[in-house]
Amino acid sequence: MTRESLTRLTAAEARKALDNGEFSAVELTQAYLDRIAAHDNTIHAYLHVMTDVARQQAAAADSRIASGDIEPMTGIPVGLKDILSTTDAPTTAASKILAGYLPPYDATVVKRLREQGAVFLGKTNTDEFAMGSSTENSAYGPTHNPWDTTRVPGGSSGGSAAAVAAREALISLGSDTGGSIRQPAGFCGVVGLKPTYGRVSRYGLFAFASSLDQIGPFARTVEDAALMLGAIAGHDPRESTSVPMPVPDYRAGFREDLKGIRVGIARQYEVDGMEPGVTRSVQAAIEQLRNLGAEIIDVDLPHTDYALATYYIVSPAEASANLSRYDGVKYGVRLEESTLQETYWKTRGEGFGEEVKRRIMLGTYALSSGYYDAYYVKAQKVRTLIRQDFDQAFEQVDVIACPTSPTVAFPIGSRMDDPYAMYLADAFTIPANMAGIPGIAVPCGFSENMPVSLQLLGKHFDEATVLGVAHAYEQSTGWHRQLAGDPGTTA
Amino acid sequence: MSLTLSDVEHVAALARLGLRDDEKERLREQLSGILEHIAALNQLDTESIAPTAQVVDLNNVMREDIVEPSLSQAEVLRNAPRSRDGFIEVRAVMGSGDDGEGA
Repeated sequence: MTRESLTRLTAAEARKALDNGEFSAVELTQAYLDRIAAHDNTIHAYLHVMTDVARQQAAAADSRIASGDIEPMTGIPVGLKDILSTTDAPTTAASKILAGYLPPYDATVVKRLREQGAVFLGKTNTDEFAMGSSTENSAYGPTHNPWDTTRVPGGSSGGSAAAVAAREALISLGSDTGGSIRQPAGFCGVVGLKPTYGRVSRYGLFAFASSLDQIGPFARTVEDAALMLGAIAGHDPRESTSVPMPVPDYRAGFREDLKGIRVGIARQYEVDGMEPGVTRSVQAAIEQLRNLGAEIIDVDLPHTDYALATYYIVSPAEASANLSRYDGVKYGVRLEESTLQETYWKTRGEGFGEEVKRRIMLGTYALSSGYYDAYYVKAQKVRTLIRQDFDQAFEQVDVIACPTSPTVAFPIGSRMDDPYAMYLADAFTIPANMAGIPGIAVPCGFSENMPVSLQLLGKHFDEATVLGVAHAYEQSTGWHRQLAGDPGTTA
Repeated sequence: MSLTLSDVEHVAALARLGLRDDEKERLREQLSGILEHIAALNQLDTESIAPTAQVVDLNNVMREDIVEPSLSQAEVLRNAPRSRDGFIEVRAVMGSGDDGEGA
């Protein structure tokens, strides 16, 4: 086996091989660092590569493995979205306002992976403060889709998605506020999981919209995503919305068929402007679920069309409050003027990029005196309706199947002048955040030679069923075995 | 819903965002456009619907009042753009400019 070919293994396969001594964590890590060195100047998945940290962690992992002190992520090379606090690498949220910021503590998910002996390859690119659908809003330049470098990887966790797709990370973490894990996973042809709100601690995740944000994995297979969820999930006394529920073995229920599983489909996920190739692939995937023994049932989610408008009140409103902390006083960049007030104005006016300013303005407006009831309270009420739609649907079905996005990855630059067209890329992922339910994106075919993705939504805290259905589907098809070609070559 | 330039300036002041004139005009147009899309919510009768603020069935999460180690002063100040004698240093809040004078 050449060192390069080590990067074709899944995390579950690498786990076995590491434990059997077929190769070391140092070799596996070096294989990934080599690929980053060879390809990241084209892909730009990383904002900061943690070469020295990774090598030290890999050597430590090898010692642990030799002594039999092995956990699922020991020695596994991981990419971390640059919105997760790390004490040994700058964390900027891809914003100029946090240039050079070195967090004084680790995010809980980072701490847990560190304790398990995972290897940190680096901090991945994102839309600034996770606000965007294409990773073009990074202050440090866009990430390119490994399947076609003229296209976006999706966003906001585009760097984490592209890193896994380009084999520049074996597995990675992102955050999902309105689709920021599932949508880029879909655009890059990898698996992406948004767990239930409350399942994973957000301590140390830079807050965007606190009632929606959730952390989750990108992986090459559903099994790898299940392994990573098991490693990061669970109650955290530092995070009051993390729920004190036991973390199950998410692989325990994996099986080959879907007999007895009820899959809901909703006509609200067939919209104008959908790409025919996406519709075709997703319909074929639903047919495959039926072939595996699932019962397909029509469900009604009548308020789906309103989710996007609801999201674009709730999330900017919460963001406008959360981002008030970036004022140049305690940390980050300060652009000093002659008064404190003018210093705030200049620091924030120049430190934030266009999309972040747009959302702060929208959110501040929606919360401002005289508009609060008309916008924010109205949106919270519609959120109740969206949640009730899912509650009723899940009385009839175990999961809901739909496309992850209406289109495949779009060309870089094509939607930057029209904010609302950009927002539409998340139309199918936002409802799950509004309801707080888990959702997974799984590769289900190709259109225009770009990956298409099936989304499966589940009940609160029922990641096990979502993962189980996704695993059975994935293993029965094999789309996940198709890997992106290297930049400059044909696949 | 069409915003005026003075609406934009008012909101920018609330958010402590310094905007250039061209940014103000662009935001006026874009925010007006987004608000038009958002107006679709008014089609729904939500008179009798309770608002959802969050989706986890938890409230008033309490813990024992036990003192645990926290970050040192040096760690906290390490990222401050300016500090002196263990304090974060900023421009005078009161008395030196047109904001807050005499307060």
